[in-house]
Amino acid sequence: MTEPTLLIRDLHLSFKGYSGLVEVLHGISMHINRGERVALVGESGSGKSVTARIVLGLLQMTRAARIGGLVAFEGQDIAQLSRRQHHRLRGTRMSMIFQDPTSSLNPVYRISEQFHEVLKRTVPDIEREEGDRRAAGLLSDCSIADPERVLASYPFQLSGGLNQRVMIAMALANEPSLLIADEPGTALDVTVQAQTLKLMRALVARHNTAVLFISHNLGVVREFADRVYVIYKGRIVEHGRTADLFDDPRHAYTRALMDAIPRLTGGGIPEIVDHSDSYLAPLIVHEGCAEPGGAR
Amino acid sequence: MSPVVRLIAKRLGISLIVLIGVSMLIFTIARVIPGDPARIALGPNATAEQVAALRERLHLNESLPVQYGYFIADLAQGDLGISLYTNRPVTRDIAQFLPATLELILVAGTMMILIGLPLGVISARYRDTWIDGTVRVVSLLGVSAPSFVWAVILMLLFAFFLPIFPIAGRMADSFTVPTVTGFLLIDTLVAGNTRAFGSAAWHIVLPAFALALSGIGQAARLTRANMVETYDKPFIEMARSYGFPERRIANRYAFRPSMIPSLTIIGLDFAAMLGNAFLVEAVFAWPGLSRYGVAVILRKDLNAIVGTVLVISAMFLIVNIIVDLLIAFINPRIRLSQRTA
Amino acid sequence: MKRTLAILVSNPLSALGVILVAAVVFSAIFADFLVPFPSHRGAVVDFANFNQPPSWQNLFGTDLVGRDLFSRVIFAYRISLVLGVVVLTIAVPVGVTVGLVAGYLGGWTETVLMRITDVFLSIPPLVLAMSMMGLLEPTLTNGMLAVTAMWWPWYTRLVYNIARSEKEEGYVLAAEVIGASRLHVIFREILPNCVPAVLTKMTLDLGFVILIASSLSFLGLGVQPPTPDLGSMVADGAKYLPDSWWLTVFPGLAILVAVFGFNLLGDALREILGVEQ
Repeated sequence: MTEPTLLIRDLHLSFKGYSGLVEVLHGISMHINRGERVALVGESGSGKSVTARIVLGLLQMTRAARIGGLVAFEGQDIAQLSRRQHHRLRGTRMSMIFQDPTSSLNPVYRISEQFHEVLKRTVPDIEREEGDRRAAGLLSDCSIADPERVLASYPFQLSGGLNQRVMIAMALANEPSLLIADEPGTALDVTVQAQTLKLMRALVARHNTAVLFISHNLGVVREFADRVYVIYKGRIVEHGRTADLFDDPRHAYTRALMDAIPRLTGGGIPEIVDHSDSYLAPLIVHEGCAEPGGAR
Repeated sequence: MSPVVRLIAKRLGISLIVLIGVSMLIFTIARVIPGDPARIALGPNATAEQVAALRERLHLNESLPVQYGYFIADLAQGDLGISLYTNRPVTRDIAQFLPATLELILVAGTMMILIGLPLGVISARYRDTWIDGTVRVVSLLGVSAPSFVWAVILMLLFAFFLPIFPIAGRMADSFTVPTVTGFLLIDTLVAGNTRAFGSAAWHIVLPAFALALSGIGQAARLTRANMVETYDKPFIEMARSYGFPERRIANRYAFRPSMIPSLTIIGLDFAAMLGNAFLVEAVFAWPGLSRYGVAVILRKDLNAIVGTVLVISAMFLIVNIIVDLLIAFINPRIRLSQRTA
Repeated sequence: MKRTLAILVSNPLSALGVILVAAVVFSAIFADFLVPFPSHRGAVVDFANFNQPPSWQNLFGTDLVGRDLFSRVIFAYRISLVLGVVVLTIAVPVGVTVGLVAGYLGGWTETVLMRITDVFLSIPPLVLAMSMMGLLEPTLTNGMLAVTAMWWPWYTRLVYNIARSEKEEGYVLAAEVIGASRLHVIFREILPNCVPAVLTKMTLDLGFVILIASSLSFLGLGVQPPTPDLGSMVADGAKYLPDSWWLTVFPGLAILVAVFGFNLLGDALREILGVEQ
């Protein structure tokens, strides 16, 4: 069996604050195989986004963060990587799509300049014209009809949906093996969000890119992911293939999440206000979904 | 009409209105103060007839609005009246003294930008490290003393204690160069006299640095604060997660958006130098507008005071327009939007 | 309040700010009991001891008529602080009210008030105060007047910007909907939101008023002798550089220490109250 693209085992994270250490992740384990689309689902504050930032190596820059456990990317323990080596992976082997495309693009530079910077990650001496040509091609792949106009624009001149496509094109430009999508398009309206997710799904399938899809929205996850991890307060509570999990949610928290999906729109943020002790019940793993190496 | 042209036109219009306001304000202050300007000008030994004649000549017997009317009519012809102190046209006095002051301010302003902004960028990039701490303390010290204190301390250290720089003046007396612009750094080069240029450059270092210090501190503090805020923006996280080099993020991706709010204040600091130059010039015996300004103020030379304040305010407004243009240049929203902010 | 104090003390720079400000204020208030030569604040001469370098008896040395410089510096703090407090007591309410009214009412009121403010802001602060001082008699009262005249517009601008953004907020609209009067909205709804920013600026400004006032008197346009004043001490001493260096260095550093202290404290407040720069 080949190495999974991403393997996380017993990951702990705590922050040093005014009143001592606060643990945010209590030992989570998960994996993503090559080209697989895996969702990590939970409420805000459950630890989804920090997990993504640990994989990218962004949280390691924060001095208040204490990280324990194993994160291996393509078989390589990232804790063993030097800062430089980890830096070399970002934007090349792994990349990320953010929640709000418009504010994730620099407001004072044209798309073309920002795209050029992304392309320079793999071809450091790429010329501007060559960069624009490649960027235009990538934008066309994202169903953008007039890539030249988009490249010459500033983010504020484009719609949120267009910016989202630009982000997707940038994220896939260097053919990463892992794409992290952190609540992609939550800031967009529902139909635009659905369109871009469909587009993203087609593109990652074509490039055989593995995806860590972070969301609080089970409706969206169902459309997108092969497998689902449900996270609650820094612990994985349920894990299974998407179909299995949706047909037969076994953990009390997963069931509560599902009841909270807004029926009509599919958008919006499900807030589960009530807390129940049953949410803290141990991890439930569906058949055939064991972690490699038997980690829990 | 392009948005930038529209912006300039609008700013010029507003500036003109403000300048008229300034002239009214300073004119009113000058006229409502106790004491007879004519009597002050002529001194206690003048006869009542002489005072009356001067009052007539200066239109002092008219109502305030009428006096202001005369003033504006003269101003429109480039006439700011006669200085009672030098007995020469105020415009000529200002033309003589202004270049030295402007030269000092321009050099100090350049120092402020070239030292203050990089300090702020470094401070933000190494936020919460000892580098940041050092820069913060140093820049706060910079803004915590008036320019004349820095001038005295710098003079004591680098002109007396370590005699590196000259104590006073704009250039060694042994050099003479024909006046072309009034800026010695330029005139010496026009004359092709590189040694005189060297002397002029050597003379301006300490006064300009003393004048620049609080601006440097202010610019560094402001740049740091705005950079730190920008660093929390999603687009910086995006740049990081794509592995853009940290240095490039600091110098371009975070710096440029941060400059939009900083520039206005930096423009104000530049303008504050117009006032602080008075303090530094006094310490270094710099033959600029300061000595003239203080002299005319102490002698209650109304025309000269009004003229000096007007010219300084006009320069201030010009700086503001330049700053607005720079902001428009950096911020595409202003440059490209149809309505100007 | 407890939290505020805890944060103030936990950061060494903020703590230094608290200490410096406390020391300056304390020494200014109790100057009569603290300084070795209280009478030296006035026109006293002691020619036997003139122009002496720092010693244990005269920490900062003595001036040209033999007065203890340390005593005079402490008394100068008192004048500076009184001036600062009076200036802010007048300038802040005026500036804040104009800013609130202009920001909330908008329309013609806004245009007129803000253009007037612009006029004041278009004259470099020191130049405006200088010309006023020159035209008036140089006394302490007139000094306060001149500095006040240049100070209020900064508060107007600060509060104006806050008021303009706050008036779109839900709670203001809610108050308007239930028929609150304009006065109520301005002073009871919007004003409280300006307090942190104004308070921070006032702390910083106490330092800067000292700075500007000393600049005025340095040019001979401020407090007149024999009243002790830091600016005029530096100006008088500058003629005797470098030999009698203490005449300028100590009063100069005294300004630096006081302003630095208020700046540190202001910065700390800004952080605690979450005020933007």
